[in-house]
Amino acid sequence: MNALTLWFHKLGSPPYFYRFAGRLLPWLYGASIALAAPALWLGLFRAPADYLQGESVRILYIHVPCAWMSLFAYLAMAGAGFVALVWRIKLAELIAMAAAPVGAAFTFVTLVTGSLWGRPTWGTYWVWDARLTSELVLLFLYFGVIGLYRAFDDPRRGARAACLLALIGVVNLPVVHYSVVWWNTLHQAQSVSLMSGSSIHPSMLVPLLLMALATHVWFFASVFARARIATLEQEAGKEWVRELARAGSTA
Amino acid sequence: MKAGSTASAFVAVLRRDLVVFWRHRSDALNPLVFALIVVTMFPLSLGPESQRLAPIAGGVTFVTVVLASLLSLDALFRSDAEDGSLDLLVTSGQPLALIAAARLLAHWLGTGLPLTLAGPLFATLLGLPYAAAATLAGALALGTPLLSLIGGACAALTVGLRRSGILLALLVLPLTLPVLIFGAGAVEAAASGATVQVPLLFLAAGLALALPLAPLACAAAIRLNVS
Repeated sequence: MNALTLWFHKLGSPPYFYRFAGRLLPWLYGASIALAAPALWLGLFRAPADYLQGESVRILYIHVPCAWMSLFAYLAMAGAGFVALVWRIKLAELIAMAAAPVGAAFTFVTLVTGSLWGRPTWGTYWVWDARLTSELVLLFLYFGVIGLYRAFDDPRRGARAACLLALIGVVNLPVVHYSVVWWNTLHQAQSVSLMSGSSIHPSMLVPLLLMALATHVWFFASVFARARIATLEQEAGKEWVRELARAGSTA
Repeated sequence: MKAGSTASAFVAVLRRDLVVFWRHRSDALNPLVFALIVVTMFPLSLGPESQRLAPIAGGVTFVTVVLASLLSLDALFRSDAEDGSLDLLVTSGQPLALIAAARLLAHWLGTGLPLTLAGPLFATLLGLPYAAAATLAGALALGTPLLSLIGGACAALTVGLRRSGILLALLVLPLTLPVLIFGAGAVEAAASGATVQVPLLFLAAGLALALPLAPLACAAAIRLNVS
């Protein structure tokens, strides 16, 4: 067994993951803030205001990366769920269930920033646009996964059921998206297009990409932090957790 | 058909479910009555003018059918899980997906088919033109099996819970939105004189996709819950 597969197998063991994630977390949070700070500064102060949308275009430096993350988090959750169901790795269940609330939060932020941006731009907080509607449906799918996980008395059984639901959702996600697009073109002669044909200037692209990186790193930090605590809860009563608690109470 | 073969297991489950359905046939009316009550609520809340009701008749009927098909989902696997017969089905050695498919077929015959037949009638009560009502019948014939398949997979996920309650609706409804979009889209296309083929073909494609996948998901969910 080579070093990488050995490390991967070790990572599946809860005590090893607990220590590993604990060491990794400060770096992840640090990197995320280090990326987000210049992105916010560039986006909120340096990037030019749009000649049509004015200063409100700056919301998009948060809105767009969050929208990307809302999808990425769902795919990550479903991927971890697949690993959990096929190889029955406990840690993958915890990762998948940790990703669900984080993804839901990103989706919620996307919807809120989008409606705040829509008020000055479209003149209304909400339109039944294809993108908005499918984002809303994505939020419902997250709620379903979280709700199913919480409904079970046995958290492991709940996690496995929720992982399966996430997989069903991932099959359904493109269907939902394209059916909503189709529905929208049926009802509206022309949908409001965000950046019609114009290529993005580097002064706008750099903060956008920095922010996208920052949200990705933040996502992993947040998921690891949640999974770390979930590990402790699940392994409560095991020897290594007791030792940890004893060390914590004496220190 | 040889006793103990997979085909005989399929037929046995189907026959048993249909017999149970027939013994409780007064219960089977409940989704229809529920749908009719919901349909009645729209003229009462929006006003009786036909120029206001007719444009939304198809969509309202489709929403009603989706809601009515939710009602019987919770009972789909629960009583079997409680009396232990679900464990016997799992350990029977027959492919669980096929047994689940038989159960879903029986569910569609008991709930989806009556709603398919009654849906166009309800829509014409709201003033849907007869030509569009025929399209609605077609859309329901393709859409209600999809509702049973998707709903069945979600019901199997919640079978380990004591009560699924509102959670089941929360799981099923977002997944059924494409059915609603294409079904109601077909009716609207028919009412406005556009071609109805595209949304109906999309519904048929969804059915072709769900027909093999949903029973497999059902079987996996049941295994998670009974083991």
